[in-house]
Amino acid sequence: MEVLWDLARLFAQLSVLAVGGVQSVIPELQRQVVDVHHWMPAGEFAALFALSQAAPGPNLLVSTVIGARVAGMPGALVATLGMVVPSSMLILAASSVWHRYRDHRWRLRMQAGLVPVTAGLVMAAAVLLARATTSGVGTAAVVASVAALLVRTRAHPVLLLAGGAVLGVLGAD
Amino acid sequence: MTRPTRWDLFTGFFVAGITGFGGVLPVARRVIVEDRRWLTGPEFTELLSLCQLVPGANVCNMSVALGHRFHGLPGALIAIVGLLAAPVAIALGLGGLYAEYRTVPIVQRGFVGLAAAAAGLVFGTAIKIAWPLRGVWRSVVIAGLVVIAVDVLRAPLLPAMLVLTPFSIWLHR
Repeated sequence: MEVLWDLARLFAQLSVLAVGGVQSVIPELQRQVVDVHHWMPAGEFAALFALSQAAPGPNLLVSTVIGARVAGMPGALVATLGMVVPSSMLILAASSVWHRYRDHRWRLRMQAGLVPVTAGLVMAAAVLLARATTSGVGTAAVVASVAALLVRTRAHPVLLLAGGAVLGVLGAD
Repeated sequence: MTRPTRWDLFTGFFVAGITGFGGVLPVARRVIVEDRRWLTGPEFTELLSLCQLVPGANVCNMSVALGHRFHGLPGALIAIVGLLAAPVAIALGLGGLYAEYRTVPIVQRGFVGLAAAAAGLVFGTAIKIAWPLRGVWRSVVIAGLVVIAVDVLRAPLLPAMLVLTPFSIWLHR
């Protein structure tokens, strides 16, 4: 029971902190899951995150997968709802206000201020995940080349994930 | 533009969810703007910028806002359930398979590569978000401070954001 409560609290908090999307809260999720609650080591967190990226659908599925790993089906349900419900209530409240103030300057200013925070958070997530998944030259090369291919080409993300998995099977360390 | 029925809302977001590998947003745009014509392109962009401003997964926010716009609270619920039903089931299935076979060496190696590739995807995303900010010193400072707070100091996200977000909005005024 207590673990479900922990999951609900954790994901509800992440839900309202996820500015710019779910990837922004990956560092905090890792910190809580690995360092604070000791539910799993960093390597397994990175593997489960990868798994959630390989499934179709929005990237909040990381909450489903982590919840399931920590507390089975009830955990998955609680974590997913925790991630969805608070931000959904915020968007409902915001969309009614939004129309009224669509041209106001504070809106643009807020957006300008939030983008660098999001950029920093996603970069922090990238550093953490790279640290947890890089165990040798092979994996470092996978991290770097996938990042480069995503930025420079129109390669599909799922193709890049599959390529990484194949290289892993072939023995990239 | 056509106004979707409740069933349309469900099927539209269901299709977007289950076919949205590696990012649902492009698929959602195709369904909402091009295939089903619920919104015009500019209307979609306007709604998206709201969904990015409010915390949470952008696509989930969009399903809730759009469902609510057309059919009130039931519409919001129908849209997000449509979006999440299949992906959550698939993620649970993959999680179960992983739990079952994670000790098999070939699966283990595959996951080493998959996790590295997922980290690479996050890196690429971070670069894409940060690139337009490169000449703006205020934004670079904020993003750098966020990375230091999260990765080096391992600061909890809530206090870090309570300090850095208002500071960033003030700095970008």
